[in-house]
Amino acid sequence: MKKYKFNRPWEGYAFLTPWLLGFLLFTAIPMVLSLYFSFTQYDVVTSPKWVGLENYIELANDPRVHKSLQVTFTYVALGVPFQLIFALLLAVVFKNDIPGVRIYRAIYYLPSLFGGSVAVAILWRQLFNKEGVVNQLLSLVGIEGQNWIASPDTALYTLILLLIWQFGSPMVIFLGGLKQISPDYYEAAEIDGASKVGTFFHITLPLLTPMVFFNIVMTIINAFQAFTPSYIISGGTGAPVDSTLFYTLYLYIKGFQHFSMGYASALAWVLLIIIAIITAIMFLLARKWVYYDE
Amino acid sequence: MKIKQRRKLLTHFLIILFGLIMIYPLLWMLSASFKEDVEIFQSASLLPKNPTINNYIYGWKGVSGVSFGKFFINSFFLAIVSIIANILSCSMAAYAFSKLEFRFKNTLFAIMLVTLMLPFHVKLIPQYIVFSRIGWVNTYLPLLVPKFFATEGFFVFLLVQFMRGISNELLEAPRIDGAGTFRIYMQFIMPLSVPALVTVAIFTFIWTWNDFFSQMIYLSAPPTFTVSLALRMFVDATGESSWGALFAMSCLSLVPLLFIFIVFQRYLVEGIMLGSIKG
Repeated sequence: MKKYKFNRPWEGYAFLTPWLLGFLLFTAIPMVLSLYFSFTQYDVVTSPKWVGLENYIELANDPRVHKSLQVTFTYVALGVPFQLIFALLLAVVFKNDIPGVRIYRAIYYLPSLFGGSVAVAILWRQLFNKEGVVNQLLSLVGIEGQNWIASPDTALYTLILLLIWQFGSPMVIFLGGLKQISPDYYEAAEIDGASKVGTFFHITLPLLTPMVFFNIVMTIINAFQAFTPSYIISGGTGAPVDSTLFYTLYLYIKGFQHFSMGYASALAWVLLIIIAIITAIMFLLARKWVYYDE
Repeated sequence: MKIKQRRKLLTHFLIILFGLIMIYPLLWMLSASFKEDVEIFQSASLLPKNPTINNYIYGWKGVSGVSFGKFFINSFFLAIVSIIANILSCSMAAYAFSKLEFRFKNTLFAIMLVTLMLPFHVKLIPQYIVFSRIGWVNTYLPLLVPKFFATEGFFVFLLVQFMRGISNELLEAPRIDGAGTFRIYMQFIMPLSVPALVTVAIFTFIWTWNDFFSQMIYLSAPPTFTVSLALRMFVDATGESSWGALFAMSCLSLVPLLFIFIVFQRYLVEGIMLGSIKG
């Protein structure tokens, strides 16, 4: 493609100025500062005191950090695959122009639209209460349910369910990918007498791998940063017994309730490193299974 | 033929059944908002026995002497200013990245892509400290000012993807007629990018409306509260005693999202796709 080369060199920077300033003021400088804070003890009131690696050592031995990592990894490892599998299955169903498909798609997308809101988190808290709707429905079939939110064994699973429930937005991305697959492939498969399942695994899925990859990366990055549901459902504490203590919630508690800004900064950098490592691994693995149609 | 039709019917039946299960919680909340408090915990039914709008009247009064009307105005104000800020700043950056030539362009674009993946927590604490030092806590400035500096990289990326598709031949004619870089941005790039700009506006609205974390950090005075914060305070203030009113306000809080979704569905779907397709 031909590049548009008729602007004066400074004009590019003129248009980029807001972004450049924003990058420096709100991203680059804060990141450097937070890296510095992570090596200090800092309570906002007195000035930061250099403590070297102390925060990181404390963090490595903090049982609540271990717990919150366990909670967050469970949330990601169970929530993301199920969410994406549902998204893919329904995208395949909705790819065809069956009557009413637009309305179906809209309904399946609704949870994604509302899912991040405080209102839905409040609703969730009620649904899985002792007297909540889920138990009312269970009692119709003679099962007496427990208080799912208050039990440390089940509280996290209600949050995972809330994540899976929002499969609408990866579904739309998959739909976009499916629409791009040339019908020629399917015609050829039909002539060769391939079965529907075979067509899916040998044509649809390989051609869709770039979308699958994009969805996996974005969903994982977002899931690691989930906060609202855990905060609202646990009342801001990670209760019961830290079973819904998301990593970001613990960071919030440390930074904005205990005002241990140095420690919270160290937590933030550990989160960054975890996300960076996972993303890097995914990009490395991608070479083995993501198929780019050149 | 008959088998095929039966299978089609079965597909529809399953889609509808599963869809109903999916939105049942939302429908239930809507119906609970018209139920009396005692009934909420007694029936999973979607039809209120004695429909009442008392929950809405009671809930609208709000908390701490501030009515929900005020919270809605606050949320709308934040959303609308954010939309203007994002459209202006992100389109400028996207124009530079997609259509202009300058040194280090590719490096800067790569940096922009990396910032998309950064957890915002690594910038949160210094930002908070600076904003509180300059007295911006309990104002909307920390939530709005950064948006005038194209800090939402996702939208820059989305607009770059779109503007790359605008043909250069189309821009050459006005250039030969003597139009400057700025005029081409105003008179050609912006009007041609309207579909993508609408997408940016919609997503900005949804994200600002649903935002909770940053609003909670920067706002602590009830008159400045947004709908999200008010709902949280409502839970704390009334405990679990007035679920009806809580659900009524929760339902109201979702209405603007639903409205946007119904009116702009096409842009939303296209935007999601545009943001994901490799350029």
